[in-house]
Amino acid sequence: MKFTEEHEWLMAEGDVVVVGITEHAATQLGDIVFVELPEVETMVARGDEVCVIESVKAASDILAPLEGEIVEVNEKLVTNPALVNEDPLGEAWFFKMKIDDLAALDEFMDEDEYKDFIE
Amino acid sequence: MDDLKHTGLYDLHLSLGAKMVPFAGYEMPVQYAMGVLKEHLHTRAAAGLFDVSHMGQVILRPASGDPADAARALEALVPVDILGLREGRQRYALFTTETGGILDDLMVANRGDHLFLVVNASRKATDLAHLRARLPDSVAIAPVEDRLLLALQGPAAEDALAALAPAVRDMRFMDAGIHASGFGELWVSRSGYSGEDGFEISVSGESGRAFAEALLAQPGVAPIGLGARDSLRLESGLCLYGADLDETTSPAEAALGWAVQKVRRRGGDREGGFPGADRILREFEDGPARLRVGLLPEGRAPMRAGTALYAGETGGAPVGEVTSGAFGPSIDRPMSMAYVAAAHATSGTRLFGEVRGKRLPAIIAPMPFHPTTYKR
Repeated sequence: MKFTEEHEWLMAEGDVVVVGITEHAATQLGDIVFVELPEVETMVARGDEVCVIESVKAASDILAPLEGEIVEVNEKLVTNPALVNEDPLGEAWFFKMKIDDLAALDEFMDEDEYKDFIE
Repeated sequence: MDDLKHTGLYDLHLSLGAKMVPFAGYEMPVQYAMGVLKEHLHTRAAAGLFDVSHMGQVILRPASGDPADAARALEALVPVDILGLREGRQRYALFTTETGGILDDLMVANRGDHLFLVVNASRKATDLAHLRARLPDSVAIAPVEDRLLLALQGPAAEDALAALAPAVRDMRFMDAGIHASGFGELWVSRSGYSGEDGFEISVSGESGRAFAEALLAQPGVAPIGLGARDSLRLESGLCLYGADLDETTSPAEAALGWAVQKVRRRGGDREGGFPGADRILREFEDGPARLRVGLLPEGRAPMRAGTALYAGETGGAPVGEVTSGAFGPSIDRPMSMAYVAAAHATSGTRLFGEVRGKRLPAIIAPMPFHPTTYKR
């Protein structure tokens, strides 16, 4: 699993990358009450706002960590946004994207580096 | 957070795992380990203890010893029947401005030989200056600096407080009185700002922490932060000064007609005589240009403060604006308060709120969004 400075986690699964938010991010946001997901088959550029999350406190975005195509979204989050707080690293993945070259993941932080980053 | 003040319960908040934030010049708990959503639900299911010591407590003491003298003087500042407020009772009131806006909203209790006021933290200094400038010398103004203020709200509140001061069981909604306890004198009112039955309790600074801990040791009582305080009051249709009320909103616009008794209105025995009376009383008769309303988004996306409201899905100028918006944990949907042009303010009207560039539908709905459980 890799981590971005925007507190997303990325995990290669075959030729796609699964994207979610970290436990740290979920805790900081507080109780999540609303999730808006992108449409599948959307092409996104790195840094595009692809998801909206509303917590009891405020709205925030999830940015596309890489350029690619959204191939699957986790509809469970729309009906049960609280899943993001309950299991951010597991069941509460947000979307899967297809990227050209999985080697692009190498530039992101590993778990130890991310732990240092959030301290 | 160097310049921020602490209440007498600051250390207790930290020991309870609170997340502290700046609020109205104080460092206050926004939530504890339970989190905003669960704290909200817990208050409605059992009882929540809130530190509201940042709010202003003020005693108005008439030199004559006759509370009617203080009441008469205060009536020059509020469009509310204070003379008719019986001993041991409390009432919601508004300080109004010369232009008919709202300077602050507050509680006034008749405590026999004096009046006791509770005002908003953010308006304490403004209110005191206003009182000092406008009240006659025959009424002494004494800010209460050495006492804490706690709110205990929810269905388990009565049992919890009665374990420490049994006589509170006999109080009903908006009763206010002084009760002896093992923690010294408690100034108790059966009121609050959550929509639940409950109490607000003023306790001496020395006994405050022990009193709070004794309440937290009672069955069902948990500490609750400002986050849940906000969603509880919004579900209950209660205004937040600075968001839903300010110096530009009039009592009629704010739909606070219920707080302005007949005796102070046109044709009443003590008609007018408060700042901005001309505009305020005219608007009650003719209707205001805009109105505070409840708004329920049809979807799941909250419409927060500042969201522009439109009559149609495309084009047109805004017909209103959201002043408070959040997710309502007990109603399990987003909710807002808004000011809307009178022509569009009828319950059931469908408006569109612009959220992240998209116009999303919302229905004007009566408040409270969640039924209140006051013990009347």
